Amino acid sequence: MTPTNTPTLKDAVRYGLLSGLIEINLSAIGFILLLHQRELVAGAFTMGHLFLFTAPIGFAYLLAKKTAAHSRSRVLGYGAIIGALTALPLIILVFLATAFDIRQFLLNISPDLITLLTFGQSVVTGSLILLAINVVLGMLSAALYLLPPQWRKMAVSGLAWVAISGTFSEILLGRLRSFFGRGLTDLIFTGKSLNPGFAVFILVAGALYSYFSQRRHARKEAEGDRSDATVLSLPIETINKIILGVVLLLLPVLLGSYLTEVTNNVGLYVLMGLGLNIVVGFAGLLDLGYVAFFAIGAYVMGILTSEGALGLGMGFTFWTALPFSVLAATLAGILLGMPVLRMRGDYLAIVTLGFGEIIRILALSDMLKPFIGGAQGVLQIPKPSFFGIDLIQPGQLYYIILACVLLAWFISARLRDSRLGRQWMAMREDEDVAEAMGINLVSTKLLAFATGAAFSGLAGAIFASKLTSIFPHSFNLLVSINVLSLIIVGGIGSLPGVVVGSLILVGLPELLREFAEHRLLMYGALLIFMMLARPEGFWPSEVTKRELHAFEEQHQPGTSSD
Amino acid sequence: MPMLEVENIHAYYGNIQALRGISLTVEEGEIVTLIGANGAGKTTTLRAISRLVPLREGTIKYRGDDLAQFKPHELVYHGIAMVPEGRGIFAKLTVAENLDMGAYSRTDTEGIQEDLERIFGLFPRLKERRNQVAGTLSGGEQQMLATARALMARPQLLLMDEPSMGLAPILVESIFQTIQDINAEGTTILLVEQNATMALQVAHRGYVLQTGEIVLADSAAKLQQNEMVQKAYLGIE
Repeated sequence: MTPTNTPTLKDAVRYGLLSGLIEINLSAIGFILLLHQRELVAGAFTMGHLFLFTAPIGFAYLLAKKTAAHSRSRVLGYGAIIGALTALPLIILVFLATAFDIRQFLLNISPDLITLLTFGQSVVTGSLILLAINVVLGMLSAALYLLPPQWRKMAVSGLAWVAISGTFSEILLGRLRSFFGRGLTDLIFTGKSLNPGFAVFILVAGALYSYFSQRRHARKEAEGDRSDATVLSLPIETINKIILGVVLLLLPVLLGSYLTEVTNNVGLYVLMGLGLNIVVGFAGLLDLGYVAFFAIGAYVMGILTSEGALGLGMGFTFWTALPFSVLAATLAGILLGMPVLRMRGDYLAIVTLGFGEIIRILALSDMLKPFIGGAQGVLQIPKPSFFGIDLIQPGQLYYIILACVLLAWFISARLRDSRLGRQWMAMREDEDVAEAMGINLVSTKLLAFATGAAFSGLAGAIFASKLTSIFPHSFNLLVSINVLSLIIVGGIGSLPGVVVGSLILVGLPELLREFAEHRLLMYGALLIFMMLARPEGFWPSEVTKRELHAFEEQHQPGTSSD
Repeated sequence: MPMLEVENIHAYYGNIQALRGISLTVEEGEIVTLIGANGAGKTTTLRAISRLVPLREGTIKYRGDDLAQFKPHELVYHGIAMVPEGRGIFAKLTVAENLDMGAYSRTDTEGIQEDLERIFGLFPRLKERRNQVAGTLSGGEQQMLATARALMARPQLLLMDEPSMGLAPILVESIFQTIQDINAEGTTILLVEQNATMALQVAHRGYVLQTGEIVLADSAAKLQQNEMVQKAYLGIE
C-alpha cells in the first residue's frame, strides 16, 4: 500500500487473477447459483450476477484509485485487463464442464451454473459474452474513478439504491401492497422483483438524491456550520428525536407481523449487545461466555412461570418473574467475576468461554433433568400479559422489548458518563495505572460483569416468554460470538453501534434466509472487510474515532511543533 | 520517624527471587534515588511499595503504618502516588482527561482546579496541548503528563520509575529540573533511575542495588565520589 509505487502491468495481472480466483470459488461452492434465485431487476439482473461481477468491479476500481494519480491513460487499460483475467478462469471452467464430467468432484458446477455463466447461449458465444461483459465492466468501473467526485457519488448512490431495493423487493412488495393495494405494486413490480422501468426510475432518483444532498452539504459548509438551525422554533435535534420516537412507536404497524418478528429478534440482540458492550466496550473485559447469563435469565423465567410439569406452580407471572430472572443473571455475573478478577486478556476470554459451556452443559445434563428438563427443555411458558391482555402478537411483544432496550440504553449512557464509566475507561486502558489512581479494581470489574449480565438476563427472560419453550441448544457458543461480533461491527463502546451491528448481523441474515448455508462465509468476509477498511466499526464511539483519527488532528496547523 | 521505612523485604516472581532483603528509608522532604543495572530490582522495589508485588518477608511502613493493611488502590488516598515505568498514560484520552483521572481520589473541586493551574505552570507544554489525545504526544511530553497526572493526586510521597527512559538528553535535563522543582514545593520523592549521573545530581541520598540487594547506601555527594559507583554506573574510569 505504498502510494509512491506506480502500479504496473504486473499489478493489473495480479489483481485480475485474484479477482478470477474469487469468482471461480464463489461459483464452485454454489454461492452464485444460489443467489441467482433472487432477482434484482425482473428478467434482467439477479443477485448472482451482482456477486459474479463484484470482484472485477471492485478490483478494477481499487487499482484505478492507485493508478489515477500517476497516469490517467493507463486506468482504462488496466480495468480491461482485470475484467478479462476474471473472465478467463470462468471460461475455462465452462469448457471443462462441457467437455468432461467434473461434477464427480465439483458437485456444484451444475448445468444451471453453466447456463448462468454463458447467458443461455452456446458455449463459445456465451464465453465471448462473458468475456465482453467483464472487460466492459472492468473498464466502466475504472472509468468511474476518473469521473469528477460529484458524478461518481451520484452513480454509486443510484446503483446502490437499485441493488438494495432489488434485494428486498419481495418484502417491499408485501408492505406496499398492504398499504396501497395492487394498483401501485403492479406498476413497480413484475412477479416478485422490480420491473426494469422502475429500476431505472430508482437509479435516477438515487442519483438525484445524492446530487441534492451534496449540494445541501456544500451550501452548509459555505455558510459555516450553523448548528442552531431550527424548525418551528425547535432545534433540529429535538425534531429528529420526535420523528424517531414516532417511527419507533408505529414500527409494528409499518412493518407487518413478519418484519416485526425480525425486529423483535434484533431487539433482543440489541439488549444483549448493550450489556456486553458494558463489559467489553466500556470495561475492556473480553467475555466469550456471555450466553450463560442469557440462558440463566431464560431458565429462571421458564421454571418460575411454566404451566407444564417443570413449572413451580407458585403463580408467578411474566412480570413478577422478571425481577428474579434479572437478579439471578446478575448474581451469576458476580459469581463469574470473582474467580476471574486477576485474569486479563486471553486468559479471561478462555475462562469465560468455559463458563458459557458449563452453563449449557448443565442445562443439557441428566443430573439437572428433573428440574430443568435436560434436552427436552422447559415447555408451556406463558406469554406475557398486560392488564389482562395476553401479548401474543409480535407487534405487542415489540413494545416490551422496545421499553427494555430504551431502559438499557438510558442506563448505559448514564453509566458511561458517570464516575463509574470513567473507572471502567481507566481500567480498560491500563489496570495498574488505574489502580495507582485510586480505582478499586475489584468493585469496578464486578460492577461491569453484573450490569452486563443483568441486561443479558433481561433479554433471556423475554426470549423464554416470547418462544414459550426453551431448549439448551438455543444457548450455544454461537450466540456469544454473534453478540461480540455485532459489537465489533457496530463500533466497540458505541451505543448506536450496537443497533447498527444487530441490524447487520441479526436482521440481515433473517431477511436473506435462503442463503442461510453461506451465512458464516458472508459473516467471515464481512468481519475481514471491517478490520481492513473500517476497524472502528460502522458507528464508532467518540473515543475510538478520536484515537484512529488522532494522527490527522496532530497535523492540524497550530497544534504541532516538534 | 522516617516517612517511608522499608525493612528487609523479599519478593519473588514465581520461583525467581527478585529482592533479597532490601532495607531503606526515606525522610520527609528528601529526594532519594535507587540506582542499579537492569534487573537489579529497582522497579520491583517500587512495585512492592505500591503493593503491586506481594512480599514473602519484611515490612514496609509509611508514617509508622504497615502498608500491608492497604490495598494498592488505597495508597493514593494516603498520599502515595506513582509515576509508572514506560510512562503508562491513558493513550486514548486527552491530556485534560488524563489529568482529571489523576485527581480521581479527590473530591475538593476548587483544590483540583488550583492544582491544575499550578501544574500547568510547571508544564506549560501540557497546557498548550490539553485537548490533544495523549497517545499523540512526544515521548518527553508523555513523561511530563505521567508526572503531572501523579501530582494531581497532591501526593506527599511520589514514587517515580525511570522518568528519563527513552528521552533525548535535553529532555532528560528538563525532567530532572522538574523533579527538583516538585521537591522544592514540598513533595518527597523516591526516584528509580538507570541514569545514575543525573539521579545523583538531584538526589539527597542514594542506594545502589545489585541483584536484589543493596550494596551501597550514602549521601548522593559521597556516592558520586565512590570509586565503585564511578566505575560501574557513572562511566568514569
